[in-house]
Amino acid sequence: MDGDSVLFSLRLSFQVALGATALVVLVGTPLAYLLAICQFRGKDLLDILLTLPLVLPPTVTGYYLIVLFGRKGIIGAIVYQLTGFSIMFTWYAAVLASFVVALPLTIKASRAAIESVDKNLINASYTSGHGALETAVRVILPLARRGIIAGAVLSFARALGEFGATLMVAGNIPGRTDTMPIAIYTKVSSGDWSKAHLMVIIFTVLSGLVLYSSNKLSRRIF
Amino acid sequence: MGLAVELRKKVNGFALDVAWEIGDELAVLFGFSGAGKSLTLQLIAGLLTPDDGRVQLGGEVYFDSSQGLNVPPQKRSFGYLFQDLALFPHMTALENVMYGATGIAKGERLDRARWILKTFHLEGLERKFPAEISGGEKQRVAFARALIRSPAVLLLDEPFSSLDNPLRLEMRRFLMEIRKEFEIPVVLVTHDLVEACTLADRMIVYSRGKIAQVGAVADVLKCPVDEEVELLVNRKSLDLPSVFSLHGQKEDSGM
Repeated sequence: MDGDSVLFSLRLSFQVALGATALVVLVGTPLAYLLAICQFRGKDLLDILLTLPLVLPPTVTGYYLIVLFGRKGIIGAIVYQLTGFSIMFTWYAAVLASFVVALPLTIKASRAAIESVDKNLINASYTSGHGALETAVRVILPLARRGIIAGAVLSFARALGEFGATLMVAGNIPGRTDTMPIAIYTKVSSGDWSKAHLMVIIFTVLSGLVLYSSNKLSRRIF
Repeated sequence: MGLAVELRKKVNGFALDVAWEIGDELAVLFGFSGAGKSLTLQLIAGLLTPDDGRVQLGGEVYFDSSQGLNVPPQKRSFGYLFQDLALFPHMTALENVMYGATGIAKGERLDRARWILKTFHLEGLERKFPAEISGGEKQRVAFARALIRSPAVLLLDEPFSSLDNPLRLEMRRFLMEIRKEFEIPVVLVTHDLVEACTLADRMIVYSRGKIAQVGAVADVLKCPVDEEVELLVNRKSLDLPSVFSLHGQKEDSGM
């Protein structure tokens, strides 16, 4: 029974981190492109907004998420009225929290990679008769892939270890929203040291494996 | 068909103000570095927007500030060769060339690419990446990419400046060869007098963002209009004998 709860937390952590990373790449790459290539009003403000979760205490980020997505939140209230569904205290909320906290890492890394693509290569794409979208997809993103993948790996690691914002929006519901970091916190605060030891060791080894395989993977890709 | 440009642009305290017109000939933009030659090419291609002016090729107007007309660079069929060639490092030679085949029907692109690779002596290199081929081969791939869709004009931004001497001579001969295949206006930016003398039908001498002199190479060499042009065309007077020896080589190699 207890072994099952460890396994559950482990699986949930990876599930949340994978979901968050997928969202981060999907949303973060276009945003990074926007910030790197386009000039528009409010660009600095957008940049600051997207970077804030990196420096804010996770509890503050979590607080904003409650204000936005809580059952009585600005967006959450509308969703609840329309569908009767609230994201709060579900594992989706854990994904949302990890996503917001990990997003700046991918944006920073991808933006730097996109900005470092040789301007002449972009110009060569235009003079070869290709517009902005095709240039982005066939020239800029492939050449920036290194930074985008590096950002995704960082985001995955950050999402895996996410604690504060997740606790605020997903809570600590055993068997539903207790990811590894939250389960470890629960074990320690209830004095269940042997279980805490076990989970810490498993988590450390698996995180090390993630880093190892990402290093291997990145060497093969580049 | 001819290319007529009238360009004014201020960038970081530098002011370009030029107007010239050429036919289906090779015009060399000649002058010291920083005279506005490369800027002119970027303005013609639409990579930068002039403050005001006009770019017209034959009957087609690509830029006209008085009408607010500005065709984006990808819609101008202008071949452009960058100083560093700007080959896409993540594409093979064939993919690079195919990337330039816009405006050609999909089914004909591969045939056309094969033809141009053959014409430019690049057969067998289709699957090689730019990092795996020689400097001269890279040059020819860049030419192939710029020319595959039969552009209306060819803009060359000092493409040979980084080559060693034998290769530079080879590429000049190559350029003369392909001009037979593509009868279009060619604008070549250079600050190499030998190159200008060897290749130019017409010489447009730039000086600090303005045109100092326009004319046939021989006329510019013989009667420079002012001291600066004289300095420019005599600057490398020591190199001049090699111009003549190059012409000699050219005849030798005309097998």
